[in-house]
Amino acid sequence: MTAPFYVAPEQMMKDRADYARKGIARGRALTACTYDQGILLCAENPSRMLRKVSEIYDRIAFAGVGKYNEFDQLRIAGVRHADLKGFSFSREDVDARSLANQYAQMLGQVFTHEMKPMEVEILVAEIGHEPSGDQLFHILYDGTLVDETGWCVLGGEAEAIGSRLGAAWVDGGTFDQALTAAVGSLAGPDRTLGVDEVEVAVLDRHGARRAFRRIEDDVVAAILNAVPVPDTPG
Amino acid sequence: MNLPSFSSTDDPGPDFAALVRRAGLSPVVPDGPVDGRLTFTHGTTCVAVRYEHGVVMAGDRRATSGNFISHRTIEKVFPADRHSGVAIAGAAGPAVEMVRLFQLQLEHYEKVEGSPLSLEGKANQLSQMVRNHLPAAMQGLAVVPIFAGYDTSRAAGRLFQYDVTGGRYEEYDHASTGSGSLHASTVVKMGWRDSLDADATIDLVLRALYEAADEDSATGGPDMLRGIFPVVATISTDGFQRVPDEDLRARYSSILDQVAIQRGGAES
Repeated sequence: MTAPFYVAPEQMMKDRADYARKGIARGRALTACTYDQGILLCAENPSRMLRKVSEIYDRIAFAGVGKYNEFDQLRIAGVRHADLKGFSFSREDVDARSLANQYAQMLGQVFTHEMKPMEVEILVAEIGHEPSGDQLFHILYDGTLVDETGWCVLGGEAEAIGSRLGAAWVDGGTFDQALTAAVGSLAGPDRTLGVDEVEVAVLDRHGARRAFRRIEDDVVAAILNAVPVPDTPG
Repeated sequence: MNLPSFSSTDDPGPDFAALVRRAGLSPVVPDGPVDGRLTFTHGTTCVAVRYEHGVVMAGDRRATSGNFISHRTIEKVFPADRHSGVAIAGAAGPAVEMVRLFQLQLEHYEKVEGSPLSLEGKANQLSQMVRNHLPAAMQGLAVVPIFAGYDTSRAAGRLFQYDVTGGRYEEYDHASTGSGSLHASTVVKMGWRDSLDADATIDLVLRALYEAADEDSATGGPDMLRGIFPVVATISTDGFQRVPDEDLRARYSSILDQVAIQRGGAES
């Protein structure tokens, strides 16, 4: 029997992290930022059918980048967790913090114990009744959980996009300002993103019970082209 | 509460009721008859009527335990989702629980799959729930719902009536359930015309519930003193919309005036 080669734990973790990071960097990025009436989630996504941003519960949304099948599996697990919790307790007992912790546990477990780490980065966003209650939980491939304030960027080139968004984002700004900043940051200085290349959704603070709403293309187009829109959210 | 994860071969998919069973949250079926040994709450009369732009659903507010009135303000008509509603009669506890599970089933499906079920799909889901409830119904805890909604693909209101075995029967004009349903449906039948408008349909269901309450002790009538009126909702392209109590009070005042005139008494 041959003994397996010794690999230092530091090396093993580094290899796994590199593997996950490479996988995530291949995909397109996503941004989230707060505005006066809610939270905007904006992803670069040419697909109309395979969504990166979706609804988890009344006031909670999910966004993921990286490998689609892996973050979609996490999304469904989150919907199940939230619906079961709301069913056995009450709708108001379902919160993003507890869900984000569960995700962090699961991703951390997979990162250290499974053959391959998950090549995903996810975001759990919850809209508060007041702007101070807005929450953005950013969870990395290894289970690192970061509580972000105001805005955050997931995916490849996050640093470059983040520095652009940090400069363009206005605290307590309008939906139009937030959307323009998000799309501009995703595109960068050298290109422009068309309406059919972005996926836009919001958590609306003062809307219906289910705060999650997708924003239609014509509304996005009107704002990006700086044309007055009859019906902007918020 | 953990993050539920399943292997791809035994994944419950978008079925929330299956997930609830897997999580061990389903109620245990009693192993003997419940009625007669224990008193529990019953809900009664509900009607649903199709009109030109959708459906109107209504249910009285009374719940009874044997010959006691246990609640005066119980609600038996609920939104199932944006374009459909469900009304229940039977053992109130399991019935309300079934509605909760049904509402979640529809929302859960929509979130997991990314698109809502068809109206027919929703009606079939409710049928399965009633069928799964049969063992409890055999012990005296029967629940008999009505499901109604606006079918966006057909641009028309549709009604579904059920029996305790989960039998699902589509009705074209009107449906009713509960102990006062015989009286209520007779009134609806007499007053129903094809393509009634929403206003006339609301008046018709209110009169139907009034007559049912007049004949059936388990059905509650309008309570002008306490301001308790049936739950009435219209379901159309605009979704499930409950008719406000002030509106119902005005409509009942004129119904009571009509009754008084018929009896040759005071008129308004």
